[in-house]
Amino acid sequence: MSAPAHVPTASGEQPASPAPAARPGRHRFLPYLLLLPGAAWLFLFFVVPLVQLAAASLYDPAGSLSTGYALTWSFDNYPAALQAYWPQFGRSFWYAGIALVLALLMGYPLAYAIAQKAGRWKHLLLVCVIAPMFTSFLLRTLAWKTILSDNGWLVGLLRDVHLLGPDGRLLATPVAVVLGLTYNFLPFLVLPLYASLERLDRRLLEASSDLYASPLKTFRRVTLPLSMPGLTAGTLLFFIPATGDYLNAELLGTPNEYMIGNVIDSAFLVRLDYPQGAALSFLLMSAILAVVFGYLRNAGTRDVL
Amino acid sequence: MRISRWLAEHWVLGVALLVLGYLFLPIAVVAALSFNRPSSRLSYDFNEFTLDNWRNPCATSEMCEAVLRSVQIGFLATVVATVLGTVMAFALARHRFRGRSGLNVLIFLPMATPELVMGTSLLALFVSGGVPLGFWTIVIAHVMFCVSFVVVTVKARLTGMDGRLEEAAMDLYAGEWQTFRRITLPLVLPGIVAAALLAFSLSFDDFIVTNFNSGTTVTFPMYVWGAAQRGIPPQVNVIGTAMFGVALLLVLATSLAHRARAGGQRRPAP
Amino acid sequence: MDPQTSAGDLRLAHLTKTFGALTAVEELDLTVPQGSFFALLGASGCGKTTTLRMVAGLEEPTRGRVLLGDRDITRLRPYKRPVNTVFQSYALFPHLDVFENVAFGLRRRGIRSVDGQVRRMLSLVQLDGYERHHPAQLSGGQQQRVALARALVNHPQVLLLDEPLGALDVKLRRRMQLELKRIQTEVGITFVHVTHDQEEAMTMADTVAVMNAGRIEQLGAPAEIYEFPATAFVATFLGQSNLIAGDVSGGNGGDLLVTAYGTRFSVPSARSRADQGPVLLGVRPEKLRLAAAAGQVPAGHQHVEGSITDAFYVGVSTQYLLRTGWGTELSVFVANSGAQERFAVGERVVAHWDPRHAFLLGRQVDEDDRTAPMRHEPVGASW
Repeated sequence: MSAPAHVPTASGEQPASPAPAARPGRHRFLPYLLLLPGAAWLFLFFVVPLVQLAAASLYDPAGSLSTGYALTWSFDNYPAALQAYWPQFGRSFWYAGIALVLALLMGYPLAYAIAQKAGRWKHLLLVCVIAPMFTSFLLRTLAWKTILSDNGWLVGLLRDVHLLGPDGRLLATPVAVVLGLTYNFLPFLVLPLYASLERLDRRLLEASSDLYASPLKTFRRVTLPLSMPGLTAGTLLFFIPATGDYLNAELLGTPNEYMIGNVIDSAFLVRLDYPQGAALSFLLMSAILAVVFGYLRNAGTRDVL
Repeated sequence: MRISRWLAEHWVLGVALLVLGYLFLPIAVVAALSFNRPSSRLSYDFNEFTLDNWRNPCATSEMCEAVLRSVQIGFLATVVATVLGTVMAFALARHRFRGRSGLNVLIFLPMATPELVMGTSLLALFVSGGVPLGFWTIVIAHVMFCVSFVVVTVKARLTGMDGRLEEAAMDLYAGEWQTFRRITLPLVLPGIVAAALLAFSLSFDDFIVTNFNSGTTVTFPMYVWGAAQRGIPPQVNVIGTAMFGVALLLVLATSLAHRARAGGQRRPAP
Repeated sequence: MDPQTSAGDLRLAHLTKTFGALTAVEELDLTVPQGSFFALLGASGCGKTTTLRMVAGLEEPTRGRVLLGDRDITRLRPYKRPVNTVFQSYALFPHLDVFENVAFGLRRRGIRSVDGQVRRMLSLVQLDGYERHHPAQLSGGQQQRVALARALVNHPQVLLLDEPLGALDVKLRRRMQLELKRIQTEVGITFVHVTHDQEEAMTMADTVAVMNAGRIEQLGAPAEIYEFPATAFVATFLGQSNLIAGDVSGGNGGDLLVTAYGTRFSVPSARSRADQGPVLLGVRPEKLRLAAAAGQVPAGHQHVEGSITDAFYVGVSTQYLLRTGWGTELSVFVANSGAQERFAVGERVVAHWDPRHAFLLGRQVDEDDRTAPMRHEPVGASW
């Protein structure tokens, strides 16, 4: 619809022109042309499957993969699924929530230190945050299994200092699962947070302390509000995959720690109960979206992108 | 007095280093196990130092085939997702058109959707469409969840770019294509490269979505998953460590090159 | 200005640009003679940059035409116009070195051997030896000169400069003003210079157009505009003025008589923009002189009595604020040449001026007096 140049607002001289320089008619169809392949891909392989999954969640639960399914609008699938698996549901949000708090406690100082304190080591430290992701997710989680194992050094140490009883263990407990969740998704929290904190003008902090704010007050009144966009994005990027995860529970926990992801996984791949799996998937997704949008509204930043 | 002030200034760095230690702990374990001769098939304890695993990383041909397949899938998915995503980012950053906000939601949603849901829904699509699961369904799935990340990464770079540079190029006799080739593309390229690397790592490491849509095709994460049940060959750790090392070197090299160039450009302190 | 247009003149005809409800440029008619140094002067948001962008082709006019000689370039894409721009923040390509930045336009026009031209241009802007530096390594002044060389090397018919010195500090700006003027004289290309800095416009330009709210208020040589402004806006935007509200009460030979607050003043009709009805009588603060008593006022001078309410010593001059008998204030700048006595706050004095230094402007009925604000810098001393 217009020439490619985007006009930035210069020093107030440029009258507020919402759109780039107008060349009407010149590129009217270009943006649509550019968007078409990607949007079509997303539509075909993301939207359509979701709609189909929605339909599948309303299939007659009596059908099976071999006998075929009938769309009977059985909304009963939802309450039935919820009734059968509400502990796993609750556990998903509970574990992800605790992991989020732990990740914030670790991630915020890390992001802050890299952005504001690391000086010339900034880039190296940033690489160090991303680096663990270069090793396979599964391998890292399996490594935690080794670290937390009953005859590993960590359990031995904790038993020696009596933080764990003589028969106490870490592996196959909720602690291990939460630890795994925290670990696996921590970089997703740190990176956006870092981006936000890096843009933070150090002079603002100096101005704040010049205006009689204690370090704590400066943090609460200046640093934290200004890092909000990164905090919001990071929290979402952490919370969404953590809630839907099932590998940590599978590898580090026992069926007692199973989250909703494990149930959905087995519904699709083991029990082959598609209607129930679909209903659970949708419940999970709508629960997450509800949390996300509620959170976004409160955080006051809608433009996470 | 001095010490407390120093502590006040630096405790954050201390915490940061501890957290980094936490992040690297499992990597250290993986690296250590890559030099281990396990006492038994299901044992993950360090038994005896050996270089055998590194000398002979393809102990099981199954595993190496899986690695190769993952690289192929990652490459294909990266190329397609990077092209589609970059083109979309350009349209979003440079043009005003109807339906922008709807499109933004379409791009945001895959990132806000649990992988599990994407995996299951795609499975439902493929099964009901009678599409045989395998290599190509994995590629399709990977492109789908990579595209959004590419769009976001490239768009950030594009919107951060000074639009006057393009105007200046046009003013200096560069037509639309020349402006794109000589100015826009070189300046956005770092963003595109970053997006491609991100896409590859997402694809290479993906387990959840792949697990639902792979049929009998085995990627590296799938192989690890399967092997975890019956005892992992130590060579898996070799692959993990090697991947880590290669990626780390790659990133450090580009970052050093970048820094050398930036350092050469830094003007003497006023 | 030259009534007949030559082949290289830049002409704007009824040029209009609206952004939604906002009219940035309104019915602009303007001729910039070939080879002149032309300044578009105005406050932020007056439409001067938009005008420039329309000439460059970066903005498409809503109405009107842009002509270069007889050639209509209104719809031409920017890269098809023999017009180049020095951008406000220079817009140097960060990934190209100085040489490649300067060579950019030549290369795009398919010129193979650019080496000689680029080097010659770099030495014109005194940047020899900087070929392989990147923009980030250069100081503000050097970046500015690269931007200038990058545009000039193409020998455009018209060079547009968008606040090119805005990012530089005062001293450097002065030096670059002279340098720009030197270069313009040397290359003989038409320069159209957009600025909000009246001093900059007056130092460099042959012709200044004062723009306000999308229109040109006055156009002419700097001295002409300064000495005889056409509107109250020009009188107060370009330098400072005391404007006294009054009414034309008659004529006397070559003079107009103005009554203000019961006192009659005369102004030569040649210095009047209005010959009847409500008017503003304008006198520049530096054209006013002070005397201790009415008896000391030279014959033929007009005068106003008052008492000094404020006095600022600013080095080259002393600025006084004078409360007149009718209650408004006048600003008076007295050069500290040692020839005049100094006055203290509270003293009664007589301000007087040569009527040939006054000017008369039309006035809206409800318009009141305006006094030049006091400034803590030696205003008027630099030109």
